[in-house]
Amino acid sequence: MSDNSGCKHGGFCGGKGKETMKAGVWGINPVAIQVLGICSALAVTTTMMNSLVMSLALTFVCVGSNLFVSLLRDVTPRRIRMIAEVAIIATFVIIFDLLLKAFYFEMSEQLGPYVGLIITNCIVMGRAEAFALQNPPVVSIVDGLANGIGYTIVLCAVGFFRELFGAGQLFGITIFETTSKGGWYPQNVVMILAPGAFITLGFLIALYNYLSGANDPDKEATS
Amino acid sequence: MSDVSPWAILIAAIFTSNLLLTNFLGMCSFLACSRQVGTSLGLGTAVIFVMVCTTAINWCIYTYALIPLKIDHLWFIIAIAVIAAFVQFVEMFVERFSPKLYHALGIFLPLITVNCAILGASLLMITRNYGFVQSVAFGFGGGLGWLLAIVLIAGLRQKMTYSDVPQPFKGVAIVMIITGIMAMIFMGFAGMVKI
Repeated sequence: MSDNSGCKHGGFCGGKGKETMKAGVWGINPVAIQVLGICSALAVTTTMMNSLVMSLALTFVCVGSNLFVSLLRDVTPRRIRMIAEVAIIATFVIIFDLLLKAFYFEMSEQLGPYVGLIITNCIVMGRAEAFALQNPPVVSIVDGLANGIGYTIVLCAVGFFRELFGAGQLFGITIFETTSKGGWYPQNVVMILAPGAFITLGFLIALYNYLSGANDPDKEATS
Repeated sequence: MSDVSPWAILIAAIFTSNLLLTNFLGMCSFLACSRQVGTSLGLGTAVIFVMVCTTAINWCIYTYALIPLKIDHLWFIIAIAVIAAFVQFVEMFVERFSPKLYHALGIFLPLITVNCAILGASLLMITRNYGFVQSVAFGFGGGLGWLLAIVLIAGLRQKMTYSDVPQPFKGVAIVMIITGIMAMIFMGFAGMVKI
């Protein structure tokens, strides 16, 4: 996973705060460009609220694990670094899971196993491996935050379209009155179901490619 | 414990609630390895094997160690540690005893540790309260369903090399869309079994 991200994208790696931020949010957006962390981006985006909580969880874990991986980067032996990273990440995931269960139980029920699956979310692992292992703590926190925000943007975009067209609602507030409640909007259930997630994300990635003018032939080799 | 028959769980895991197409698990390695039918077949086989073994081991550890000791909040970290250790062990074992199999399967093994389908199967079987036989059936069916999905998509992607895809859709975008269509096809299986 490590060779998937980071330094090949020009001078971003050595850069300080601002460049790191920009790279994570737009330049090398974890979901749209590097196609990492797709599982959760598809699974939890049935509503905006779920997307937001999931993004919050990922940002929290990413910032936390980046900080600790970076703090421990000089004392971690190279051979066992993967397992050390996984242990750090899993610890933060457990903290978030317990917090969610304590303060927001319904949401924790809805997200189900996907909170636990942040452990194998390649964004967190990829950032720890590609960035935090070589950079000082403060910049690593910024990098974690930037990637979290980049992830949030994509997740909310997917969630926006799926909830709006699937249920006619946003954050649970009715926008389009559906026909089942006597309104005019015939509900498109497929958007809530699995295929809608794949197709929405497909179109969003295409839109991103179109806007950023990416997608030159050598990029396809890595996709 | 849920009282669904293991047979129903097996069929459901392959078709109606396919891990890849309805639960979105294992997308990363799916996108990376679905360009050739041969490669995807190798990865799929490795996933079946690891998934069956890790669901069995994890179920035993969860039921006989974590619950009696009341440390089930550590479940995530134990589950991933078991998977990582198991994969490492299999890799060493296969390398030592069957170099031929190692060459066929070996390159996929490290990828499997970070395959969320494996961890997902372990987490789902606990959330759904499966018993031991049910969990193993779920692990086997889940792996087989995953293999089926990735091989089908790989076949389509191979054919698609000759199609004229619009520029912004090239690469991942079009793969997501055909996966969506494949997911719709698998929705046609719904109603075959109820769990």
